[in-house]
Amino acid sequence: MADAAIAHDEHQTTTGLPSTKLGMWLFLSSECLLFGALITAYVLYRGSSLVGPYPNDVFDIPYTSVSSFVLLASSLTMVLAHAAAEQRDFGRMRVWLLTTAMLGMTFVGGQVYEFTVFVEEGLRIDTNLFGTTFFVLTGFHGVHVTVGVLMLLSLVGMSSARRLPDDQAFPVEMVGLYWHFVDIVWIVIFTVVYLVPTPSPGG
Amino acid sequence: MQQEPTTTHAAPHHGPTPREYVRIGAILAVLTGAEVWMSYSGLAGALLIFTLFTAAIIKFVLVVAYFMHLKYDDRRYARFFVMGLTGAVTLYLIVLLASKVFLR
Repeated sequence: MADAAIAHDEHQTTTGLPSTKLGMWLFLSSECLLFGALITAYVLYRGSSLVGPYPNDVFDIPYTSVSSFVLLASSLTMVLAHAAAEQRDFGRMRVWLLTTAMLGMTFVGGQVYEFTVFVEEGLRIDTNLFGTTFFVLTGFHGVHVTVGVLMLLSLVGMSSARRLPDDQAFPVEMVGLYWHFVDIVWIVIFTVVYLVPTPSPGG
Repeated sequence: MQQEPTTTHAAPHHGPTPREYVRIGAILAVLTGAEVWMSYSGLAGALLIFTLFTAAIIKFVLVVAYFMHLKYDDRRYARFFVMGLTGAVTLYLIVLLASKVFLR
């Protein structure tokens, strides 16, 4: 099995570039269109809600700022895991990968708590346009983070069981690209949704 | 004409060192802190939005260039990504402009 995995990464291509990596960049490129559509929908209906709660009623900026710091920190630990893999320090690589997964879980846990508070305050996905666009956008992002956490934990498990190819830096780099993309999407969401002031009184 | 197949050996990285990664992480944290501070600073609407977006774009570029290694990798990866990103930004800006969102 392990030999097959090694052979898979060293096959020949006409571009001279690994197809897996090209495919990952193409996938991330298409994800720009997906999240672009969701962010546009949010901006388009900003301030158009006829009934509350509105963003200013429910947002807790200091709390979301801490979540943003957590996700940014996870990008740093991810790149440190990749650096460790390149130096063939696989023990340290697994520690950084686990740290990244923990930070990702903290972010998702924070998002679940935030959603729960919003629902308790009367904002559901069908309450108003703000609720619909907000939950769909941040929910999709949360699902992406959750998938990333699963990929990170799988990497740690496979590395511990020695089921990764000799060049462990390559799969770590692929998962890292996905993880950093999820981070840059949050950079945009945090600014557009949370920090840019919403026109009063609607949401 | 058919191209000669070449093998895809992982190229050695000439990217930043772990210490430089930490420095970039610190810059990202400072920029995020500055964004949050600005959102409470009472800056006027247009100026606030311009400042927030400038900080977000700098953070975006730092992560893509250094953490995702686009600055150091083969240019073709960057072309793939920029293709989708430019397409998305252009398409959705047209939608927003056509909907007169910026005039509200």
